[in-house]
Amino acid sequence: MLDLPIHQPASAPPCSQRYDFPTVIERHRMRLPPVSVETLQVNITKLCNQACHHCHVDASPKRTEQMDHRTIDRCLEVLAANPAVKNLDITGGAPELNPHFDHLVTSACKLGKHVMVRHNLTVTFDGNPQTGESKRYLPEFFARNQVEVISSLPYYQEFFTDKQRGKGVFQKSLESMRLLNRQGYGEEGTGLVINLVYNPVGAFLPASQKSLEQDFKRELVSRHGLVFNQLYAITNMPIHRFKDFLERSGNYDDYMTRLINAFNPQAALGVMCRSLVSVGYDGRLYDCDFNQMLEMQITNGTARTIFDFNLKELLSREILFASHCFGCTAGAGSGCGGNTA
Amino acid sequence: MQYYESKDLGRFAEVGKFQGRLMDQFFSYYNAVTSAEGALSKREKALIALAIAHFQQCPYCIDAYTTQCLETGSNPDQMTEAIHVAAAMAAGMTLVHGVQMHNVLKQQGAL
Repeated sequence: MLDLPIHQPASAPPCSQRYDFPTVIERHRMRLPPVSVETLQVNITKLCNQACHHCHVDASPKRTEQMDHRTIDRCLEVLAANPAVKNLDITGGAPELNPHFDHLVTSACKLGKHVMVRHNLTVTFDGNPQTGESKRYLPEFFARNQVEVISSLPYYQEFFTDKQRGKGVFQKSLESMRLLNRQGYGEEGTGLVINLVYNPVGAFLPASQKSLEQDFKRELVSRHGLVFNQLYAITNMPIHRFKDFLERSGNYDDYMTRLINAFNPQAALGVMCRSLVSVGYDGRLYDCDFNQMLEMQITNGTARTIFDFNLKELLSREILFASHCFGCTAGAGSGCGGNTA
Repeated sequence: MQYYESKDLGRFAEVGKFQGRLMDQFFSYYNAVTSAEGALSKREKALIALAIAHFQQCPYCIDAYTTQCLETGSNPDQMTEAIHVAAAMAAGMTLVHGVQMHNVLKQQGAL
């Protein structure tokens, strides 16, 4: 149908009131308490070899924040002491650039945890932008440890991908995927999983995850001979670098209105913050990686850092919501694992 | 007075201030045709609509259907090809009238 944006009068209240997520949840007579902590998502560095337009972390080659060895070991202790926490989701920046990355992966695997790495593909070739350290060993390292690789590839064509992630990223990403495919990633029966992440290149919502996955699979195999397992379609979060773009381009209000008009209660029920806890590089705890970047730390009467992690207390916490949460509840929903509805 | 302000698209329903029943019927028909997957996918329908929007040079529809095409998974190559179809059709529709010109030329004894 024709998209009919709602335009605010000149006297409209501030954004925080106009885009009030808790009020919308209330209007739908919903409650969104935590249901589990199945996943510990740890953001171990803001350093990245890329500086993408949409990045909610504002990661770049200039960032220096790194999770230290002591905090990483504490994350491993928490994983060991809590069998209910089945998954370790390692993110950044480019998490492989943290000097303790290999130790975290191999130790978590030894604990029998399912380990996922948010791998940007290009770091394999670019290496560490600050030290020059090579990362060419990564495809073999991932395969040896049976790591699930989750990689951003904004589109199956060069134009959209390089526009969002920088010149040359598309070709380099394909070469990196080829190395992973050679290890068996994406091939049925190998148990080695590579999932791709699509997110729109501008101020619009993602298309259907299923139809995009079909397009990506058809185009990547026919044009480049590359395979992968699943595609996750993720909505761009209206925070940090992407929010700056929305404001600069005069798209912020229209984008927020699109998200709110597309609010889906089913997607809201499946939001990822209900089943994970996010750990910052300094050990602070958050409801999700987005709250982490907005410094909305878990504070309400429960553990504030990984050093006082208490599963029971965390399950009784109140999740902190704000206007950006509309990004996770629009359409088919959006989380670190794609659609949530 | 300014013509073709983008915010006016959001005021489309105001046309129903008079003869509202007719406008309701229009929106009901419009949404049934464009919003549902049918024999054609929503992506295909959006590309057709984008081509027509260019043929009719409607800025509101170009705005709406450029976004709709992106949100149903089309890319700029596909969208550009769709408007080339509209342009080729427009050229063909002009040129095919050349036959009518020939008919008149013949009638005048000039061909």
